[in-house]
Amino acid sequence: MYAPQQNNVTQTLIKLDKLCKSYHLDDANGKTMSTQVLFDVALNIQQGEFVAIMGHSGSGKSTLMNILGCLDTPTSGSYWLAERNVAALSNDELAYIRNRHIGFVFQGFNLLKRMTALDNVATPLLYAGINRSNSRQRALEQLQRTGLEKFAMHHPNQLSGGQQQRVAISRALINQPSLLLADEPTGNLDSQTSREIMTLFEQLNQQQGLTIVLVTHEEDIAAYAKRLIRLKDGVVVYDENHNVMNKPSPTQ
Amino acid sequence: MNLFAIIGEALRALRLNRLRTGLTMLGMIIGVAAVVLMLSIGQGAQTKINQSIASMGSNLFLVVPGATSSGGLSFGSGSIKTLTISDAQAIAELHSVSATGPVISGTAQLSFSAKNWSTVITGTTPNYFDVGNWEFESGTAFTESDLRSGARVVVLGAITAENLFGTVDPIGKTMRITNRPFLVVGVLTAKGQSLSGRDQDDNVFIPITTSERQITGNQFPGSIRYMLVQGQSAETMDEAENEIIQLLRQRHRISDGMENDFTVRNLTAIANVATGAAKIMSIVLGAIASVSLLVGGIGIMNIMLVSVTERTREIGIRMAIGANRRAILTQFLLEAMMICIMGGLIGVLLGIGGAWLVSEIADMLIVITSGMIGLAFFFASAVGIFFGFYPAQKAASLKPVDALRYE
Repeated sequence: MYAPQQNNVTQTLIKLDKLCKSYHLDDANGKTMSTQVLFDVALNIQQGEFVAIMGHSGSGKSTLMNILGCLDTPTSGSYWLAERNVAALSNDELAYIRNRHIGFVFQGFNLLKRMTALDNVATPLLYAGINRSNSRQRALEQLQRTGLEKFAMHHPNQLSGGQQQRVAISRALINQPSLLLADEPTGNLDSQTSREIMTLFEQLNQQQGLTIVLVTHEEDIAAYAKRLIRLKDGVVVYDENHNVMNKPSPTQ
Repeated sequence: MNLFAIIGEALRALRLNRLRTGLTMLGMIIGVAAVVLMLSIGQGAQTKINQSIASMGSNLFLVVPGATSSGGLSFGSGSIKTLTISDAQAIAELHSVSATGPVISGTAQLSFSAKNWSTVITGTTPNYFDVGNWEFESGTAFTESDLRSGARVVVLGAITAENLFGTVDPIGKTMRITNRPFLVVGVLTAKGQSLSGRDQDDNVFIPITTSERQITGNQFPGSIRYMLVQGQSAETMDEAENEIIQLLRQRHRISDGMENDFTVRNLTAIANVATGAAKIMSIVLGAIASVSLLVGGIGIMNIMLVSVTERTREIGIRMAIGANRRAILTQFLLEAMMICIMGGLIGVLLGIGGAWLVSEIADMLIVITSGMIGLAFFFASAVGIFFGFYPAQKAASLKPVDALRYE
């Protein structure tokens, strides 16, 4: 399992400062169109937090998520992840961070279709340089923890949506990351399965102190998180702790 | 990520697309097989020519009586009888020359018991056999004393001996040449065709004196049809050629400014031309075969590019879970190389099989060397790396966020 955060002194895991992101697109006339998506985003996330980022489509929440996940780089501003300035890292260093420190869960699960659930979970270990048999052993243990060991040799198309997402979560956790990023993790699931997945996230956060950042546009999903951040047109318009503010109870 | 794991991933990807992999590999198989086949045919031809040259004898000159003209009418080489046996003896004395073999020739009817056979009679000296690199199947050459006395002795070519004597051992038997009895003293080992395609084994050799007096006759006594001259060594061929020319001009009293009444041809140079031609043929055949290898390589690049586009999302997922660029590059490059290496292996086997088939059906000499196979294999891998690199590079340089978003 990932190392629980034992120190009670909360440490800053994510620190964003004046983060901007704009996209440059060449239109049909060869002119470069520039669209800014994020404006001077400043954000601190402590270790062990469970944060939901909400916003309508086009609010920049997915872009923010991609930057947090080191899949994309900011245009300007700084992003400190565990006291390292990620904006200044090389592609290979970013790949290393994605492999060791970040786990991803996507809306569309993003499992490798042609692999078994077991191999899907084991793949991040292969990229970490661990040999195949050890990787498989550890992947199997991880699947057992999520109660999926029966489905280890199944391919993604033989699994239900909830099972696929649990395989994806197993894959995200296999390298014991310090940060779990979930981009609309329940978007493709029915409400019952959504609740199961969110309960799993809640457990991971509470029992193991895993830092979770979740992007969603559903209020009842966001309600599982302890802190809510709202984005609108690339600007943080709301950032409050549920525990402090009048926390709406999770809708059943 | 360790290499074995990447090899596993690459193999899995190839296995999942068996038909496509097979078809792509086919281009490689055909290319490599063609290269091996063509090289082996070219090498075979070269070997064949080298054998012919070796059979001809080494460091040889051919000296023929020269072309001459009389009253504005040109005659061809050898049209007048300016070379003589004593010229040959004088040339043999030169220190850059090891031996000479003067020749007069004609056609005569041979007979032994009930069989008879018509062939070329060569009148020459005992040295001729050394100069011409002839070996004896049985018996020996006639001797200098046979030459002086004009003895009726004969050395048979392999084909002539077989046609006339069949299974009988010809040595010591008396046969007839234009009805005169001759004692068979030697039978030559078969040489096969000469470079010009003439059968060198259907002929008989008798002392030049005997031939002149009794068989072919001679319009101008002492004159010869041509002579073979063997130089002392390969390095002194030019020197020998000059000395022969000087000596003959002197003996024939040709004043300065007058043309030679003889021609000296360096047969080694001719052999070199033939070897060169065979080499060029090998190169051309190899080059043509390489084109198919190139086409196979382009096929691989094509398929790999399609594959990269198809698997963009997969690449994005792999990057998201921690694959760095080198891991992606290596995986796609290995896929291309595996197609090439497997195709190369099958192609080499097919090429060897094809070469064997050609040698069986067309009765051609086929030579396969390990160097040839190594070369074909090396080029197959090189093609794989060369044409696999661009698609692999393309895959590796995708931005993770773009690759993930790709539908």
